[in-house]
Amino acid sequence: MVLLDKGTASAVPARGVGVLRKLIKIAGELLITVGVVLLLFVAWQLWWTNVESDAKQSETIRNFAQELGGSGGPVAPAPPGETPPAPADYGPPKVAKAPGHGGTIGIMYIPRFGPDYTRPIVQGTSMDVLDTLGLGHYSNTAMPGATGNFAVAGHRQTHGAVLDNIHTLVPGDKIYVQTKDGFYVYVFRNNQIVLPSATDVLLPVPTQPAARPTEAYLTMTSCNPRFGSQERIIAYSLLDHWQPASAGPPAEIAAQVAKALGKG
Amino acid sequence: MYGWIFRHLPGPLWLRIVTSLVLLGGVLVLMVQFLFPWMSQFTQFTDSTIGLVTRQ
Repeated sequence: MVLLDKGTASAVPARGVGVLRKLIKIAGELLITVGVVLLLFVAWQLWWTNVESDAKQSETIRNFAQELGGSGGPVAPAPPGETPPAPADYGPPKVAKAPGHGGTIGIMYIPRFGPDYTRPIVQGTSMDVLDTLGLGHYSNTAMPGATGNFAVAGHRQTHGAVLDNIHTLVPGDKIYVQTKDGFYVYVFRNNQIVLPSATDVLLPVPTQPAARPTEAYLTMTSCNPRFGSQERIIAYSLLDHWQPASAGPPAEIAAQVAKALGKG
Repeated sequence: MYGWIFRHLPGPLWLRIVTSLVLLGGVLVLMVQFLFPWMSQFTQFTDSTIGLVTRQ
């Protein structure tokens, strides 16, 4: 098609040379195009997918906040602010029923990841959940607060990069899970790097097939190293205490919760 | 190739510039909507689950 173009034919001394020159020119333009497309792809994957996911996740949190508002959720019973009292004992944590695939379970707050770290937890770990909605709950594991293993997966890079800083957790760090029932406070214990096939990290007692669970674990999985997927990085936490929604958010994250829910 | 396309666009110079910008934008949208999501299956650092990866 292009070869028959007569626009530049006058500049060509011999027919064969002209055709060859045009072929080389087209090949060069195509190669440059491929290079530009690949660069755009890198920009899309490392940057734009985060922009898209952040928007979707904010929307999920807004919807969740509206649900909470409807069911008379935490309407700021407001711990006055002075010395936060020791966590009261509200009995065994309430365990919600798992929602259907793609349903919102709650919100996760991890102060170690920054004062704005507010990510939705959604049922399911298929790509359609993880690529847009944030943290995906392994649907065959326990729900928040239940004795056993509450396991979630999240991207280390791209699509929101929800667990990008998973390696910065320090033992003792608090991880807050908010559901419509209340707040579950987990305390980070340790990291582990495993192969992608190591499904035993999702067991009720992680990596111990024979053990019967007596505690509530939170297990987060993400890929490792940061820009690879040869391994998985696992973060284990244990449930420290919980408080029902009527008791309001824990004082340490009250402002963050108010901000997250106030957006709606 | 691109020169050939540009020369065959109708209208005065400014219109041809506008048209090519619109065409570029359209190509970009198509790539973001269809090409890049398809290409992302060949990169690896989005696998964050344990066990079988269920792609949808």
